[in-house]
Amino acid sequence: MNAVNAAGWRPAMGGAEEPAEKFATASGDYGLMLEEPLSFELGATDKCGVDIDAPDRAPAPGLSKFLRKAAPNLPGLTEPETMRHYTRLSRQNYAIDLGPFPLGSCTMKHNPRLNEKMARLPGFADVHPLQPQKSVEGALEVIEQLADWLTRLTGMASVAMSPKAGAHGELCGLLCIRAALDARGETRDVVLVPESAHGTNPATAAFAGFKVESIPATPAGRVDLEALKAKLGPNVAGVMITNPNTCGLFEPEMKAIADAVHAAGGYVYCDGANFNAIVGKVRPGDLGVDAMHINLHKTFSTPHGGGGPGAGPVVLSEALAPFAPLPFVTRGADGSIHLVEEENRGEGHARSFGRMVAFHGQMGMFTRALTYMLSHGADGLRQVAEDAVLNANYVLRACEDLLPAPFAKSGPCMHEALFSDAGLAEGFSTLDIAKGLIDEGFHPMTVYFPLVVKGAMLVEPTETESKAGLDRFIASLRSVAERAKNGDESLHTAPHFAPRRRLDETLAARKPVLVWRGDAG
Amino acid sequence: MRYLPLTEADRAAMLETIGAASVDDLFVDVPAEARLAGPVDGLPMHASEMAVERHMTALAAKNINAGSVPFFLGAGAYRHHVPASVDHVIQRGEFLTAYTPYQPEIAQGTLQVLFEFQTQVARLFGTDIANASMYDGSTACWEAILMAARITRKGRTVLSGGLHPHYGEVVRTMARFTQDNIVSLPTELSGEPDDAAVIAAIGEDTSSVVVQYPDVLGRIPDLAAISDAARAKGALVIAVVTEPVALGLIEAPGNLGADIVVGEGQSLGVGLQFGGPYLGLFGCREKFVRQMPGRLCGETVDAEGKRGFVLTLSTREQHIRREKATSNICTNSGLCALAFSVHLTLLGGEGLARLAAVNHARAQATVERLSRIPGVSLLNQAYFNEATLILPRDAREVVRELAERKVLGGVSLGRLFPEADGLHHGLLVAATETTTDEDIESFAKELEGVLA
Repeated sequence: MNAVNAAGWRPAMGGAEEPAEKFATASGDYGLMLEEPLSFELGATDKCGVDIDAPDRAPAPGLSKFLRKAAPNLPGLTEPETMRHYTRLSRQNYAIDLGPFPLGSCTMKHNPRLNEKMARLPGFADVHPLQPQKSVEGALEVIEQLADWLTRLTGMASVAMSPKAGAHGELCGLLCIRAALDARGETRDVVLVPESAHGTNPATAAFAGFKVESIPATPAGRVDLEALKAKLGPNVAGVMITNPNTCGLFEPEMKAIADAVHAAGGYVYCDGANFNAIVGKVRPGDLGVDAMHINLHKTFSTPHGGGGPGAGPVVLSEALAPFAPLPFVTRGADGSIHLVEEENRGEGHARSFGRMVAFHGQMGMFTRALTYMLSHGADGLRQVAEDAVLNANYVLRACEDLLPAPFAKSGPCMHEALFSDAGLAEGFSTLDIAKGLIDEGFHPMTVYFPLVVKGAMLVEPTETESKAGLDRFIASLRSVAERAKNGDESLHTAPHFAPRRRLDETLAARKPVLVWRGDAG
Repeated sequence: MRYLPLTEADRAAMLETIGAASVDDLFVDVPAEARLAGPVDGLPMHASEMAVERHMTALAAKNINAGSVPFFLGAGAYRHHVPASVDHVIQRGEFLTAYTPYQPEIAQGTLQVLFEFQTQVARLFGTDIANASMYDGSTACWEAILMAARITRKGRTVLSGGLHPHYGEVVRTMARFTQDNIVSLPTELSGEPDDAAVIAAIGEDTSSVVVQYPDVLGRIPDLAAISDAARAKGALVIAVVTEPVALGLIEAPGNLGADIVVGEGQSLGVGLQFGGPYLGLFGCREKFVRQMPGRLCGETVDAEGKRGFVLTLSTREQHIRREKATSNICTNSGLCALAFSVHLTLLGGEGLARLAAVNHARAQATVERLSRIPGVSLLNQAYFNEATLILPRDAREVVRELAERKVLGGVSLGRLFPEADGLHHGLLVAATETTTDEDIESFAKELEGVLA
């Protein structure tokens, strides 16, 4: 049975049928639906989009034995061909500029363009990381000002700025814990991680040399405090708690968790991916957190660029601050700013655990995040959290009659609304809803995560969606959910209207083709 | 506020739908004592676009940007001309504001770019395959060491003396926690890198040997000889390339026997940006694919048989394997990979070769002029676009004095190797296609003045 929406649109049956008016075109394009070959199929080795004069001299004799036998086999394109190639490709992408990106726990909010403009000022974009300090005082001041915002917003003692992304920040926090334990002369090798945690948490703990033990959730979707206490002991280095958690819920016993962990000699790592729900409203430092990374893209609007770059500064408690990695920036009592690296770590910073990256971290993201913070101010950031939570609760209450919301009975959610696929027609699941949303013109929510809920659908709208926009999304989600409840077979072959139909992921993994070899003899 | 679409009327209507009296009711799970009554102390209130721009512009003006003075810094980050079209492409909202391509049907733009990027990196490096990027060169280097240990099931790694000291520090820092055994060979002021010392350090228990190419002093190691020696002992060679433009002129590491090639891709498309975000490049032999860290994009077909691309082999990754993953990396450097890829597409292989030849020629002009200054001599027997000069005194002071004369005159070895007293007269000088004859002459004159 097919649903017909208000606009009279009817999804195709069975997926194989095309709308009657769609016939094969000679080009393979359909109006503004454009196909695009690979750059290698378009380019030629005698084409170049950059004018470069011939060198004024031959290679030095010393270099002759190292010279390349042939130029790299990379076809080039002229500038007009290049612009067209990438512009045509760009139209095959969904993006926050086109509609909401409601990926719970990942998500993107609007990326303000002032951030982009500021990051491109030559004084930030065109400075080298190893210039003499006197020639980069403004850059160091950006780092110091951003650090000041982050420590005040979180109520923490200090912040390590160099980690390159959230997972790298997790690693930084755990290495601070390792270093603090070493300084105490203790070897604790277990980190406790809730079942609902992001995959990066256990992966990071293992990467940092810890054993991972899981802690269960309560029926209300929170960390089971008693189960956690039962696991604490002299071998537990710490816990990794996501708060607000990946079920979209605040951990009301966070302080009790922290107190119990501290009493047992451990440290509390908080995964700050969801800090956007509480920024300006709650300071993690008041809840006993020892370390927390902040995903600048998620809370502070830096672009995600189809997979990064991220930035993962880690705020630290008094207990962990002395172990922060090099390099870092400090402000002296006289207000002067100093860069601390291997050359001058001296007595004051002798306990730093070392270095995580070649240079200073994601400067280009720091300028964007600071621009965003200054724009919102302390008052605006508070409103950011409130609107984000309001939008998520609006989606939760508008859909909970149709899609089971496992934790909605107990109260409001925070930044994201969690649904399950229980109650759909036989043979229908979360995947069908996700792919059906694509035909509706929306990016799907996070699916099958967190693992603690069967067929989880995690919707995080963010504060930059309007009410009208949310109403459109809700109408689409409800329509697709109805179709899945009514056993609309066309969902199994959705999406029907995207640049590609469902892609064969099994084939891709069984016989990996990771590079183009179309020109091989 | 300009970034918040909800109106007060919207908020009231939505609260009513939700059945909450106020927004504070939505924060009931937060213990009352942890809830802040008002804006966080000590921070400014909201500001207009104009006011923020003024603040940030004032900060930017406190820096001396590379393009405004004679500029000769390198040491792992290079100033190249980036064609204007690169920035236009990466600022397209469909690329800039896309998330990781979790839904491939509506992310073919990003995925095809990644597939093209992987192909470009593999061809540049001379490796079978490459991944969709890492954070930067230094973290890619550590991940390569871990990967080699998984493949060889051995745990001793040899770092050549020519490895960038920051890369070495990252490796030693991480290895302290994972208890991998790292042997760091000393960095010596010799005209050629000590390949014999590297080869002598490779034992039957060695999992990998890490060789920077060209090395941190601008010298070029004999990768083929090191690769032969490593293969004989069952060790893998990890080549580290911090200046990918060099591979337009000198042989690709993969063609010389390197098993894994990692690098810093910042030179193409990305810009200096005070050290980040940068772009980790990672290529290797195809047989190692299931031990690779990071995301991989693969070709497949859709339900109608059309070619398409997906993230693949994700059973290596943290979101599936959790504590058994090959790495904890999640977000990588997607947008920097796009910038790199656009720049390399504009250049093509022939254009890259020409660009590399120009870089080398500018470096020759720089080195020849500077080494005519009394007391200044060239260390390197061979170099690409960066070489080490030996000065008559500590180069750290010289660099600072040059900066006061508005010349950014290279990177002192004292900054890079503070504990190696024997290196402190060394000055690392890089030139690129952006270096003019006037820049070289200004640098030479001011250096003469500083050393006089």
